[in-house]
Amino acid sequence: MTDQTASLASFTGEVAQKKLRKRHRAERRFRAYGVAAILFALAFLVFLFASIFSQGWSAFLQTSIKLPVEFSQDVINPSGNPDAEDEIFRANYVKLARAALYKQLGIDAEDRKVRRDANKLLSRGVDVQLRDMVLRDPSIIGKTEDVWLLASDDADALLKGSIDRKTPSDRRAVNDQQVTWIDQLVDQGDMEKRFNTGLFVNGASSNPETAGLGVALIGSFFMMLTVVLLAVPLGVCAALYLEEYAPKGKISDTIEVNINNLAAVPSIVFGLLGLAVFINFFGLPRSASLVGGLVLTLMTLPTIIITARAAIRAVPPSIREAALGVGASKMQLIGHHVLPLSLPGILTGTIIGLVQALGETAPLLMIGMVAFVVEYPTTPLDPATGLPVQIYMWASSAERGFVERTAGATMVLLAFLIVMNSLAVYLRNKFERKW
Amino acid sequence: MEAKVEDRPATTVAQPAEPKETDEAAPAALGELKIKATDVNLWYGEKQALFDVNLEVFGQSVTALIGPSGCGKSTFLRCLNRMNDVIDICKVKGDIRLDGEDIYAPEVDPVQLRARVGMVFQKPNPFPKSIYENVAYAPRLHGLCATKAQMDEVVETSLIKAGLWEEVKDRLDAPGTGLSGGQQQRLCIARAISVNPEVLLMDEPCSALDPIATATIETLIDELKENLCIAIVTHSMQQAARVSQRTAFFHLGKLVEVNDTSTIFTNPSDQRTQDYVTGRFG
Repeated sequence: MTDQTASLASFTGEVAQKKLRKRHRAERRFRAYGVAAILFALAFLVFLFASIFSQGWSAFLQTSIKLPVEFSQDVINPSGNPDAEDEIFRANYVKLARAALYKQLGIDAEDRKVRRDANKLLSRGVDVQLRDMVLRDPSIIGKTEDVWLLASDDADALLKGSIDRKTPSDRRAVNDQQVTWIDQLVDQGDMEKRFNTGLFVNGASSNPETAGLGVALIGSFFMMLTVVLLAVPLGVCAALYLEEYAPKGKISDTIEVNINNLAAVPSIVFGLLGLAVFINFFGLPRSASLVGGLVLTLMTLPTIIITARAAIRAVPPSIREAALGVGASKMQLIGHHVLPLSLPGILTGTIIGLVQALGETAPLLMIGMVAFVVEYPTTPLDPATGLPVQIYMWASSAERGFVERTAGATMVLLAFLIVMNSLAVYLRNKFERKW
Repeated sequence: MEAKVEDRPATTVAQPAEPKETDEAAPAALGELKIKATDVNLWYGEKQALFDVNLEVFGQSVTALIGPSGCGKSTFLRCLNRMNDVIDICKVKGDIRLDGEDIYAPEVDPVQLRARVGMVFQKPNPFPKSIYENVAYAPRLHGLCATKAQMDEVVETSLIKAGLWEEVKDRLDAPGTGLSGGQQQRLCIARAISVNPEVLLMDEPCSALDPIATATIETLIDELKENLCIAIVTHSMQQAARVSQRTAFFHLGKLVEVNDTSTIFTNPSDQRTQDYVTGRFG
């Protein structure tokens, strides 16, 4: 009793005050650790975004040259037969573009050295550009039209400031003559940076200015479609069975442990599995987005099962009792109450799984989706690449254009991930029953 | 201890004779025999929770099940509509007959049985749907209403019977979970009686409610018993005394004594019942 009174008295003493201050300081320090950790993480995030954006934003712009191209009948269709598609297809379009450029720059077309310098201003992709125009509308043959033609990678780099004009001419990718021409064209308003639609629609190319994400986007879309169609029903059914029907015991424990193990398996192992099973055993084509989708399905399945089980388990037992109490069968209970109530959780888990799958690269490398694909895949069985694989491929190229495209493609991928994550949050809030 | 165990069957064996006497004495007070449970034993895994329970529940009356916590009264109640079936480790032995029909017979569908034997739970548990949908759920489930008008009528009658109609008739589309606790519980009662069950089981329906809401529910139970057979588990001996005609006292998984409520509370034949109702333990 006396002890207690003594300790009570010490609450107001000098020692106690000191103790109190010490405790307050400790509390503040503890909180500061948390803030510091968050700031640290945020700083890295800002650094990551800043570095990607500063490198990648220029990939969304592409330098083009406006030239009055004469679609000469003699060059395109000398036979005069408009049905001679093969002839039109093989015509020398580069010649048309170059002729227009010489005229625009007012240079002597006889001097080979001057000609070679001038040619380097145009992209190697201009022939496809002009050919596509003619194939789309053959009536322009014989006319002269202003066309925005792609500039070469080097001209693009000069305009974007990645080539230093102060570097001596012989050590620069563009010589003084070319710099003069470029400045002349820019002054005339015939050369400018325009929005780079090619980045989103073009297929693979060895020239950075004509390389795009088109094939990768379609490939990723097919893969996500496969994952949604397979992993979601499989995952939800498995989760429902395990939560609602499976007798609790050794077998269900083993299954649970193994599903958790499966979620922790490195993704490249799934790639090996896909290679062995889908390609070698079932004989599905290599590089096909169907195989990629199947592999990603296997990889996503455990995530979906685990999150769906957690969502199903979170349905309050009182609702189950209520439904059973009025004579609902197990299936009616699940269909009317359990699934609707766990839907937000299942949706969130699914989208998180999809986001994981969308950014996955390693297993796709194993099944040959790292390929040079120019043509759009029309079915999931056609060769294709995926967004992250395209980034990987571009990252290993040395050209300046590919460096900025690597960062640009990363921005596209990040945009998809952010949109999907926001969608997950939105859907969860929308379907969450607040009453 | 041994002696007491010997003592118990004597009371229960005496049971079947007793209702006949009461039938003759006051036939109006109790309806016909509705549920007859004989030698019900129940195990949760290895642990036995009910020992040879013999109980009869009569129509048009309220039977209260009282006893200290963990005595098996709720467990027994849940045997009557086979709600225990959903618990994997639960095993029931014995014979429970509803209108003379064995409800644990293999050909009986527990889902259909639960439509005949409705249940109201301890915690009000309306579905996260509208008030209307809460009541309409069970009739729709069992396909009892062909038209919307019929359904409207069922919803209205059920809510009137549950004494909730006047309070919610203007907001049937409002969420059922937005009601107060007492209203929610009456909504649950309306939901349970919407399919015209023959028996209504109530598992401590007032334990989560305030005294005023409790009084409302008790009045409601009194009205409902005119057409229903009600079995109610309660912790409150006063409530048992107020609402029930017959009371069964459970202790340690055994049915100690069952008799007219007045007899149980004034002149119990077992010492343990005496001790419990006078508040000496429990």
